[in-house]
Amino acid sequence: MAAKNKVNVTINGVQVQVPEDYTVLLAAREAGIDIPTLCYLKDINEVAACRLCVCEAEVNGRPMRNLPTACVLKVEDGMIVRTDTERVRKSVKMNLELILANHNRECLTCTRNQTCELQKLCYEMGIDMERFDGETRSVCYDDLSPSIIRDSTKCVLCGRCVSACAKLQNISVLEFVNRGVNTKVAPGFGYSIKDTDCIYCGQCINVCPVAAIKEKEHIKQVWSAIQDPEKHVVVQTAPAVRAALGEEFGVPMGKAVTGKMVSALKRLGFDKVFDTNFSADLTIMEEGYEFINRVKNNGTLPMITSCSPGWIRYCEVFYPEFIDNLSTCKSPQQMFGAVAKSYYAKKEGISPKDVVCVSVMPCTAKKAECARPEMQVDGNRDVDYVLTTRELAKMINEARIIFDRLPEAEPDPIMGEYTGAGVIFGATGGVMEAALRTVADVLTGKDLKDVDYKAVRGIENFKQASVTLPIGGKDVEVKVGVVSSIAAAEKVLNAIAAGELQIHFLEVMACPGGCVHGGGQPHVSAKERMEKIVRAERAKALYSEDKRLPHRKSHENEEIKMLYKEFFKEPNSPISHKYLHTHYAEQFIYMPDVVERV
Amino acid sequence: MANECNNRNESCIRPDDPRYKELKAYIDSVRDQQGINIMVLQEAQRLFGYVPLEVQKWISLELDDVSVGELYGISTFYSQFNLTKQGKHKISVCLGTACYVKGAQAIVEALQQHLDIEVGGISEDEMFSLEATRCLGCCSLAPVMMIDDDVYAKLYDTKQIPEILDKYYLESELEHEMESEVDA
Repeated sequence: MAAKNKVNVTINGVQVQVPEDYTVLLAAREAGIDIPTLCYLKDINEVAACRLCVCEAEVNGRPMRNLPTACVLKVEDGMIVRTDTERVRKSVKMNLELILANHNRECLTCTRNQTCELQKLCYEMGIDMERFDGETRSVCYDDLSPSIIRDSTKCVLCGRCVSACAKLQNISVLEFVNRGVNTKVAPGFGYSIKDTDCIYCGQCINVCPVAAIKEKEHIKQVWSAIQDPEKHVVVQTAPAVRAALGEEFGVPMGKAVTGKMVSALKRLGFDKVFDTNFSADLTIMEEGYEFINRVKNNGTLPMITSCSPGWIRYCEVFYPEFIDNLSTCKSPQQMFGAVAKSYYAKKEGISPKDVVCVSVMPCTAKKAECARPEMQVDGNRDVDYVLTTRELAKMINEARIIFDRLPEAEPDPIMGEYTGAGVIFGATGGVMEAALRTVADVLTGKDLKDVDYKAVRGIENFKQASVTLPIGGKDVEVKVGVVSSIAAAEKVLNAIAAGELQIHFLEVMACPGGCVHGGGQPHVSAKERMEKIVRAERAKALYSEDKRLPHRKSHENEEIKMLYKEFFKEPNSPISHKYLHTHYAEQFIYMPDVVERV
Repeated sequence: MANECNNRNESCIRPDDPRYKELKAYIDSVRDQQGINIMVLQEAQRLFGYVPLEVQKWISLELDDVSVGELYGISTFYSQFNLTKQGKHKISVCLGTACYVKGAQAIVEALQQHLDIEVGGISEDEMFSLEATRCLGCCSLAPVMMIDDDVYAKLYDTKQIPEILDKYYLESELEHEMESEVDA
């Protein structure tokens, strides 16, 4: 059947046979020819806006009018395409120069220097002068949100962020507003992104080819804390960071760099290098017991995980009726901070005021989470600064550390041990699998050997499974669900609300594929995204680390056991509620009394 | 109009405004169709005269899956939509090349002074809103101004302006009187 659905096309004299639903852009890749693109992002943004992929094409000997755009031009049998003519080359260059004319060309000091797709195109296409100079778009620099900065002077109006917000998350915070020369990408009514329906997931940052959208950096604050002799700076790294950090230093995608990452952090000067996986294990203890209690005592079900701050904000803005379903557990990041400034500080004899807690996260929403007013205990902020994976890479570069020559190192004791259950938190389905490993053991009173709950693995956006567990003296079929991306989560919530879906426990991650694909992860160019499924590659790194670890269940973590023995007594105890649990409230957007507009 | 708002250029459509009921009825009648966002905005503008933030927020909640950002994008792309309250009469002064050369800027300034109004704004008594427009297509009449559908040509002498505006005040007064007579 394959042969029937294929067509022959000739591109720059190279004949290829490709599926009939291919575009010329994809066919050219098969022929080993790269067509320049800027707005194109496979499956997300195929809109022919930038006009850098223009080509000459003819079908049945009839040349097509003008220069069609390869990203949306469907192949036809016998089609002849040329991308190497003088006419095409001139057009592409001129279109590129016109984009540059309206672009803030401070490349040397730009945060996307060397990861910028526009910069790379200019280099590749040999742009050697700024031919056009004229009126540029009005400036809008929105740095009011705790997570995301928008800089209109860099925007090339490719629309990738608009499409990502609409298609991946179905939120559509960002839109094209105004028209003509005044066109810009922005939320409504000149509001800062902080007062809108934005959940800070950062998927827009991941898809931006330039630096028009970026995270709010905490690098300077972290350097000063490290330099301050009065401060005891502890750092935690989220599971997904090790799965992607290597990409910034030429390590192939999908290879975990845990050991090198730990030694890099030690060299940067952090006083203690711990691991968010430790507090992921702690989260499982708290969340697992919370779940068992809810089932036993007819609490609100389904219980929904609360690790993803993007998801939490989404729930608070759009589905406040589900707030009681949210686990009261803080996220692993916040739990870590609360423990570092209580149990750890006490154990080490340091005043909690002198402990600075830094976290490295694959996430931009974590920056907003750590700034939430309720995320503190006795006046101590749980987490002080959040770095994204990208920011950590920048610090490593700035410190002139040669990453691939680093030795492997282990995290420091007290809050550094972790199990396989903690590691897989970074991939969609991971929290659920980790929870099931512990819940099943606790309820059966056995040390179950089969810990791979494969039904909840994989990169599909919604997965379901059921496990029979003895709860309250009888066997209960516990139905669980795992969903990632807000677009998919919205459908699941609607199904639950309509009574069409009955489950007991739901894991929600705001980003498609979970944290490995978070908004703080290294940039992957549109070209690279044509070749591989980023979230699947990075998830592999986590599952191989899980397999490698001696302990794969959170309750087997010796340091966690010690923490309960010495401090929290037992999961969901009053003291654990004080430090490890939180509350949520409906959030309101586009409020008329907001005066700060951008 | 039942509007106690005293702030010019600011919207004060209350959440219990009865026009929302009409808008909801309209939305329910088109809900199953595709691409209704523009139609709903048009209906909202017909009812309220403009589509400010609170109306767009209301629409966004009423329609599934439509964000304020999307509605704002539409309402700023098409010039038919107003985001701020409009006066009873719309003054458009042509600032196209021909009119500009012939002194249209002086008309704008005279209007601003006479009505205490900004370009894009509305007069305190809500009688007039002022807009500068591109070429109206009648350059031979330059400089030109339109009030609603009436064209005022060759306005070299800005002293005529108060007189022109008075016509509309007079009309309005007459209307008012007639209404009161009917009521009586």
